[in-house]
Amino acid sequence: MKRNEKHIECSGLSVGYDSRIVVDNVTMDLRTGEICCFIGQNGRGKTTLFRTMLGLIAPIGGTIRLNGRPLHRWSAIERARMVAYVPQAHQGVFPFSVRDVVLFGRTAHLGLFASPGSHDRKIAEQAIEMLGIGHLAERPFPEISGGERQMVLLARALAQEASMMILDEPSSNLDYGNQVLLLRKIRELAQYGIGIAMATHSPEHALQLEARVAAIVDGGLRVWENATDALNPEDMKRVYGIDINMASALDAGGKPLRFLYPISS
Amino acid sequence: MSLPIDRNPTAIYLGALLLLALLVVVSLLVGRYPVPPETLLALVLDGSGDEPVHATVLFSIRLPRIIGALLVGGALSLAGAAYQGLFRNPMVSPDILGVSSGAGFGAALAILLSLPVIAVQVSAFLGGLGAVLLAVTVAKAAAKRHEGVLVLVLSGMVISAVFTALISLMKYVADPESKLPTITYWLMGSLADIRMADLRAVLPFLCIGILPLLLMSWRLNILSFGEDDARSLGVNVKVVRFATVVASSLITASVISISGLIGWVGLLVPHAARLLVGPDHRLLLPLSFLLGGMLLLVFDAIARTLLSIEIPIGIVTALVGAPFFIFILKSSSRKLT
Repeated sequence: MKRNEKHIECSGLSVGYDSRIVVDNVTMDLRTGEICCFIGQNGRGKTTLFRTMLGLIAPIGGTIRLNGRPLHRWSAIERARMVAYVPQAHQGVFPFSVRDVVLFGRTAHLGLFASPGSHDRKIAEQAIEMLGIGHLAERPFPEISGGERQMVLLARALAQEASMMILDEPSSNLDYGNQVLLLRKIRELAQYGIGIAMATHSPEHALQLEARVAAIVDGGLRVWENATDALNPEDMKRVYGIDINMASALDAGGKPLRFLYPISS
Repeated sequence: MSLPIDRNPTAIYLGALLLLALLVVVSLLVGRYPVPPETLLALVLDGSGDEPVHATVLFSIRLPRIIGALLVGGALSLAGAAYQGLFRNPMVSPDILGVSSGAGFGAALAILLSLPVIAVQVSAFLGGLGAVLLAVTVAKAAAKRHEGVLVLVLSGMVISAVFTALISLMKYVADPESKLPTITYWLMGSLADIRMADLRAVLPFLCIGILPLLLMSWRLNILSFGEDDARSLGVNVKVVRFATVVASSLITASVISISGLIGWVGLLVPHAARLLVGPDHRLLLPLSFLLGGMLLLVFDAIARTLLSIEIPIGIVTALVGAPFFIFILKSSSRKLT
């Protein structure tokens, strides 16, 4: 690892609420420019793990370091300049416009009493443009669709200009076409050098992103360095509890493609 | 909300200021002792009038009362807007953390002990702040296991209930001939006894409370969007929440110490303001102050002119405020829940 490379590092990490451990003994790291897909059944602790990695809840045991410094020694604003979060989309209570919500991402670069200036507005506009949500900019956030809200929160994370992004099921409310578009954007972000941790319900996303895979299995986290290793019938059965098989084909250009499909009993 | 989002805040603010000026002039003229407009003009222009009684009525009685209405209504509404943002709940009023019942208790206690008016005000102020302090302390003790905002609201309810019971106890033991009416009257709220000295006393506290709220209004925007969001965006949630609670309680306690309990305004006005300029606290807080001041001025004018005796303003705010609130809910209901 290069000295100046930024990274999140978990070692022996136990996460959960009120001393009830949900995921135990997590050891992994995430570097800039790489994508790691987190998979696992519902309610097995992906969000809890993410919230711990963001410093939103304290770990029960073990350590998390950002660039080598323990997470709890980072202030909220320092942390926000380093790691951005795209939570599962909620509605919000008050009718802020989409443009305002994206502008919220600039807060980590503002003093306690400051408001965003023209530079911040420019960066927010660029983020809006990059995610192709310009047509929504004036709409009230609570009134747009769930999928659109996820794109807005992604734009907000982009405007935050952090080196790392943690995305909690960003594709869950998107139709098939928009899922494909989202994955393309995420690849682009990784090419810019952003490190991305992303929870997903489709293990195939990891294949399409050529990402690392981290799976929550039996209350622990198992990490594979590449998706093709991870997505084998045996391990997928351990993750999801159902029989899954894998097929491969060649695309028009002769590139190998792989698919997962459930085996009917 | 049902209005389009491209509102013009400058025009709205200009309109509000013009309306405010108009309301102030009208309020100066109307009342049990009507003053002709030309007399007011003469008094303002060269300080002279045919009758000295006009000057006394206008500047020693009506003007302090008008400024009082503006400050009390404005402060309650600004605090209400800040609290609604902080608690992410448009149904929250500035006394959510028990400031009103605490102040009522303080006032009732001082009245029971036959203390002078100034001591009643100080006691109300301290009671209001004390109640909020208690609510925050209780919430802190329980906060480990629950979400911060929810615990704070519940602690506020508990502390409110305790102080409301204590107020009832004091009314029960108070002398029904002399002290009970005074306590009851204080609890209904009135702007009739506000003098310049009262205004000078509370003004510094209002400034100390309002300034940080205005300065932190961008952070309050983020916090009103969601707590996890705010923290991951770099907002020090604890600092902003604490400062908002302290500042809002300070301004609420200072105004009700001179006006008594005036409900509804702080709950109702932020909705109207949000309908006009949207949820951005940088625009919402100052406009809530302006609208709240105007609304209380109108309510006070009704209270002192409608009947031959003065109606306590707390009764007017509830009677007129309720239908007004229903009207606002009707025009904004799409996005409130």
